[in-house]
Amino acid sequence: MTDVTGFAPWDDPQATPLISYQNVTKTFGSFTAINDISLDIFPGEFFALLGPSGCGKTTLMRMLAGFEDASQGRITLAGQDLAGVPPNKRPVNMMFQSYALFPHMNVWDNIAFGLRRDGLAKDKVAARVEEMLRLVRLGKFAQRKPDQLSGGQKQRVALARSLAKAPKVLLLDEPLGALDKKLRQETQFELVDIQEKTGTTFLIVTHDQEEAMTVSTRIAVMDEGVIKQVATPPALYEQPNSRYVADFIGDVNLIEGTWINGSLVWSADQAPFDAQGTAGQGETVWLSLRPEKVAISKQEPDAINKVPGKVIDIAYLGNLSTYVVEIPGGQKIKAQAANARRLASRDITWNDTVWLSWTKTAGVVLTE
Amino acid sequence: MIRKPYLFPPYIWLILLFLTPFAIVFKVSLSDLAIAQPPYTPTLDLTEGWAGVRAMFEGFDFENYVWLFSGSWGSWDVASFVPIWVFDDALYYNAYTSSLKIAAITTIIALAVGYPMAYAIARAPRHLRPLLIMLIIIPFWSSFLIRVYAWIGILSNEGFLNMVLGWLGLPELRIINTNTAVYIGMVYVYLPFMILPIYAALDRMDGSLLEAAQDLGCSKIEAFWRITWPLSRPGVIAGCFLVFIPVIGEFIVPSLLGGSDTLMIGKTLYEEFYNNRDWPVASAVAVILLFVLIIPIVLFQRHQLKQQEAQL
Amino acid sequence: MTRLSRFNVVSLTFGFAFLYLPILLIMVYSFNESRLVTVWGGFSAKWYGALFADERFLNAAWVTLYVAFCSATIATVLGTMAAYALVRGGRFRGRTLFSGMIYAPLVMPEVITGLSLLLLFIAIGLDRGGFTIILAHATFCMCYVSVVVSSRLTTFDRSLEEAALDLGATGWQAFRLVTLPIIAPAVLSGWLLGFTLSLDDLVIASFVTGPGATTLPMRIFSEVRLGVSPKINALSTILIALVAIGVITASLATKRKSG
Repeated sequence: MTDVTGFAPWDDPQATPLISYQNVTKTFGSFTAINDISLDIFPGEFFALLGPSGCGKTTLMRMLAGFEDASQGRITLAGQDLAGVPPNKRPVNMMFQSYALFPHMNVWDNIAFGLRRDGLAKDKVAARVEEMLRLVRLGKFAQRKPDQLSGGQKQRVALARSLAKAPKVLLLDEPLGALDKKLRQETQFELVDIQEKTGTTFLIVTHDQEEAMTVSTRIAVMDEGVIKQVATPPALYEQPNSRYVADFIGDVNLIEGTWINGSLVWSADQAPFDAQGTAGQGETVWLSLRPEKVAISKQEPDAINKVPGKVIDIAYLGNLSTYVVEIPGGQKIKAQAANARRLASRDITWNDTVWLSWTKTAGVVLTE
Repeated sequence: MIRKPYLFPPYIWLILLFLTPFAIVFKVSLSDLAIAQPPYTPTLDLTEGWAGVRAMFEGFDFENYVWLFSGSWGSWDVASFVPIWVFDDALYYNAYTSSLKIAAITTIIALAVGYPMAYAIARAPRHLRPLLIMLIIIPFWSSFLIRVYAWIGILSNEGFLNMVLGWLGLPELRIINTNTAVYIGMVYVYLPFMILPIYAALDRMDGSLLEAAQDLGCSKIEAFWRITWPLSRPGVIAGCFLVFIPVIGEFIVPSLLGGSDTLMIGKTLYEEFYNNRDWPVASAVAVILLFVLIIPIVLFQRHQLKQQEAQL
Repeated sequence: MTRLSRFNVVSLTFGFAFLYLPILLIMVYSFNESRLVTVWGGFSAKWYGALFADERFLNAAWVTLYVAFCSATIATVLGTMAAYALVRGGRFRGRTLFSGMIYAPLVMPEVITGLSLLLLFIAIGLDRGGFTIILAHATFCMCYVSVVVSSRLTTFDRSLEEAALDLGATGWQAFRLVTLPIIAPAVLSGWLLGFTLSLDDLVIASFVTGPGATTLPMRIFSEVRLGVSPKINALSTILIALVAIGVITASLATKRKSG
């Protein structure tokens, strides 16, 4: 997205971050949930914390909301240290995973709740609630109670409620987790749209890499309390810095080998793979190779990196087919090809001997 | 009915041992006191056939009910039937109002004591909650009588409380045989009925609602009054009914801890029946007690139904 | 968080002290050598000896257990039938009356239940004693049993019964082979509840009893009207210990089952 909009404050040394985690550690008893994390998030970003459950992403977000205190380190928001500021005094609002809509209040009162706590005049509250209802297109449902709404409607009420106070940062905890797949995809685009309309900085927690890729300007991939990599979605996909990230984002083939003279030696009797990368001579490295960058053919191609193999499985996905090919040494490599031609005219089938090939720049050499 | 053989036994049992007895109570309550066995007239003499039934109905009147409220109705001629004793004051009327008052105050105290406990249990670490609930339930299963009895030793004039007060150099208190003792005993035995439904309501509540309220600008105390309290109200209402209804007719607590001036309708009824052997009046007292109870019972039923529907 | 937590700890401490101090005092003073309430005369188990030497208490205990066992058993059979009728019976004539009669005894003051049953027994000329107590207890206990069992039945997946019928079972076989084993824990806890309620009842039993049938609560009541009695302390200790053991065992059993 950086290249499209030109919005990349993280590349600008002059830009001041809105949110800044500085060497933050959080422990629960003997368990370290967050281990010495430093992270800057800039105004206007749609920032995603991505990781499996238990990786600490929710804790990191809840510390910003004020529901957890950092054991060590500092969190600042617009330059202000947040230590000791209770949740109700922070210019941050949260959209809860369960939505946490107050069941005894109707949609209108739910959205007005935060505004009334600020002691806003009645007509101002009303105007703001109406505006929010329009934003999430729920005007007709203002008098309904939460249990009379569908999942998608509840989600939108929760969004409107947390946006009503025009927070500096909106925190979204797995905002789409409770929706079915189709609705989730629609809502992703709606979220981006609302984020752009309101100009609010969004911080989203999710375990769904597709969701993170779709909505965010940058993603922090987390694992066991540390951030493995922070990058824009394309950079994360194309230049993962570790096997963990490569594996977490999308489908990947990882070929283990030794880095000798600028190429990857992976088998005693096969030619080494040529790849771009930096690693020490003799170091154990992994070639991370996306399936769609691996070409498959029946004839031996003229390519820098090629290896023969046997087709052991074909998954037909409609627009694509994924071939699982066993190469010498027994490793299985996935290759993906677009189904440009009709089924009958394709020639690769089970147990065929095929050639896999890729360019020098197709893969990434990983040292961890 | 033939296709539902399992319905027969409980249905017939209840008609014979629940419905019929009430019909009899109602019948006796319309009778007059007689020095006889059984001590009331008219009795149903089936040997006389229809005439007997008619004679019985002709003998019915509402004198007992009138008489119950003689103090407040005043001008009725109560001398026309001569009971063993005559009161100038409206003993029964006062017993009903006093029972209602004691039940109301007990309910309020039980709520004040029980709510914080239910709240604390619901907020306790998850692994501790079953233990704490078990500690609430153990007294609930233990003998009612013994739990009331336990307070005699504490509240009596030479009891533990006055012993402790003596150590502290404080003046002694006379609590046993007063209404204070009745309140303490009532709250003590009925407290679990208050705690359990409130706990159930609080336990059902999603904890993130409170975080959401704080996130939207509430202080903790404000969040309690705006979110926790309204959401626990069904449990509070259920708990209040579960304490209020049985306390009205309670017999053991007032007779063990209360004094001669503790007026409660359950105790009065019992004494009327045993000490004065006035069955018609005791029956009339029982019938009116039922009418008094019908209002809270019906309200409670409607509340429970509404809750059930809300949960579906 | 700390301030509220402290508040919680305080309310729990005071609440449980209120609930348990009276019971603990009874238990401790049941081992008191002295007859006086507040004077500790040294440790002694003599009141337990005196209790077990007292024929009247032993008789009363026997009557109470016998009555409780019989009435809980009758109540469980009838209450389970009633629950089944209420949950599975569909529509039938007098359903409202039936469910009214099931729920009414739960909120009925004991004095009324007792009085009405006594008047019934007198009217039909039934000799009063252990048998009439059993009838009375079975009546109100069956209502509690049916509430416990019907709450289990409503959460019970009806398709299990339908599967049994589909596979050729008769209605009775489906009940005996499928429904009953599944609702058995609820039936058992219904029985226990009925047993405890019967053990505990003073008022109804006092109304409907006759000469010769004195239950333990009646014995205790006539004793404690006169004030604190060390023998009653000993008896109370035994009863409370039994209940505590029962509750703890039951909760451990359910824990093991669910975990």
